[in-house]
Amino acid sequence: MDLMKYVEGEYAIENKFPNFKSGDTITVHYKIKEGNKERIQQFKGVVIQRRGSGNTETFTVRKMSGTFGTERIFPISSPNIDKIEMNKQGKVRRSRIFYLRGLQGKSARIKEKRF
Amino acid sequence: MPGLIGKKVGMTSVFSAEGKNIPCTVLEVGPCVVTQVKTSEKDGYEALQIGYGEKKEKHTVNALKGHFKKAGTTPKRVLAEFSNYKDTWKVGDTLTLDIFNDDQWIDVTGTSKGKGFQGVVKRYNFRGVNDATHGQHNRLRAPGSLGASSDPSRVFKGMRMAGRTGGDKVKMLNLKIIKIDAEKNLLLVKGSVPGAKGSYIIVEK
Repeated sequence: MDLMKYVEGEYAIENKFPNFKSGDTITVHYKIKEGNKERIQQFKGVVIQRRGSGNTETFTVRKMSGTFGTERIFPISSPNIDKIEMNKQGKVRRSRIFYLRGLQGKSARIKEKRF
Repeated sequence: MPGLIGKKVGMTSVFSAEGKNIPCTVLEVGPCVVTQVKTSEKDGYEALQIGYGEKKEKHTVNALKGHFKKAGTTPKRVLAEFSNYKDTWKVGDTLTLDIFNDDQWIDVTGTSKGKGFQGVVKRYNFRGVNDATHGQHNRLRAPGSLGASSDPSRVFKGMRMAGRTGGDKVKMLNLKIIKIDAEKNLLLVKGSVPGAKGSYIIVEK
């Protein structure tokens, strides 16, 4: 397994993102290629899970676009992610908050963390 | 074709320059020791026998102990023969990943993971019975007919039936080399390689 870590370390990208958890509301700025042009798009929503470890770790962001829930999965070491902004730190009891998928409106709110 | 023996380390993924996610397998390949040089005068064909992986002396039979002693190495676990190397090698020489330096594509042979005794749906991708209702009962994954009746009055040889699955020798052709790390004897190839982590594999040009 040490060799595995070595290889992943060779390709590792410096983690410049804030340390977000599930329940947090974040904005992901990611690059989109259209032909030769590159532009940056945002995706703002609640993190519902972080999955995997090392270079293959991914996180899922869920947002409500109108009445429809939209989810996007981003690999955390993707070079296409420009930056991640932390908007809100949520207080949740579990690390994978899939129950959010079944909720709408007022019940889909997440309590904010108090410091 | 020229080749080396190695071990599967595991899988990961790597991002290309274009930002694409490439699934990769990490292989630890070599260094291998030349244990015998076969020549057409003596053996009828030309080849290089190389060894890889350490083995304890007490687990080595005497005949092989002498064979390894001749090459001046410790006992090796896996032996394999290859031919058509670019350079000429002598007994006792060490082969490393450098032989793949000019290559883009390689073939990898391994032993696939054993699945035990499996039915025809998993083993040969039979469809099974598509209906759970309409008179079907306890035969959802059954193989169906094995052939005709009184003529030929037997089941033809090679009829696909349930049995031991996996654990076969499988060769993956034309895997792309992503990276060669000669210092750590590591090879990164695109895609998957048969077998479990830590299993022995053969890498060929």
